[in-house]
Amino acid sequence: MNTLTRENRDGDRVQGEQFIAPPASVTEAGDGYTLEVEMPGVNKNGLDISIENNELTITGRRSFPVVEGMLIHRESRPENFRRTFELDPSIDADKINAKIDQGLVRLTLPKAEHVKPRKITVS
Amino acid sequence: MALIRYQAPELAPWEAADRWSNLRNDLNSFFELPFWSSFGRGGQLFTGWSPALDLYQNNDNVVAVIELPGMRKEEIEISLHDGTLTISGERKRESGSNGDNAERTERYVGAFRRSIALPTQVDANKVSATYRDGILTVTLPKAEEVKPKQIQVS
Repeated sequence: MNTLTRENRDGDRVQGEQFIAPPASVTEAGDGYTLEVEMPGVNKNGLDISIENNELTITGRRSFPVVEGMLIHRESRPENFRRTFELDPSIDADKINAKIDQGLVRLTLPKAEHVKPRKITVS
Repeated sequence: MALIRYQAPELAPWEAADRWSNLRNDLNSFFELPFWSSFGRGGQLFTGWSPALDLYQNNDNVVAVIELPGMRKEEIEISLHDGTLTISGERKRESGSNGDNAERTERYVGAFRRSIALPTQVDANKVSATYRDGILTVTLPKAEEVKPKQIQVS
């Protein structure tokens, strides 16, 4: 699939807000694609998925656990997540399904009926 | 405190920082291995991931916050040994995806291990942890003898 490849990994800047691009994995099965994006700290309320001009944009706003005390060692990044993927023309955008569980966004992107592999029986 | 590496996240672009932290993790696990067994485990050395870890301290607790997206809580192991907190586990490949074609794999699958030296003594029997939205929060109550005490002047 040439889909989901041309995208912006440079942590894009939207209206002055800096985002980080989360790691993602794409797998293809016969009838569609599965896209998994890691967004620790994001729950259903902070997740926004939109499709515009055949581009799928996933934005995740984090709600970090509130910890009292002084931060003495930090590796996490405070920015929210955003990543854009170009959709393959074979994908039926109306049937895209998304869920989030423990900070992992999983999207199923079914192929449109007319592009699904079909077996033709020779009669 | 001297043993804790401080990594200023704003100094490097994310991907670069990420790469370095993976490398650092690989190097750490390399030096933890006895020399002779490192060959047998060669295949595991340069895979794996190094989840981001934040450490907080207040009067009563040391709190570690670790980013572990997409795990099940049964897959996470927390241990405390000699003042070092270790979080380890294994992320299993989703069943059923074996026959599928991976177009792109940036997510790590497999074992990880992350250790950090704690800044103070903690009470190992009272450690608690929660896992929510892919973030593990480990609360380690300080040992009584290191808690700050207020002494009343009589």
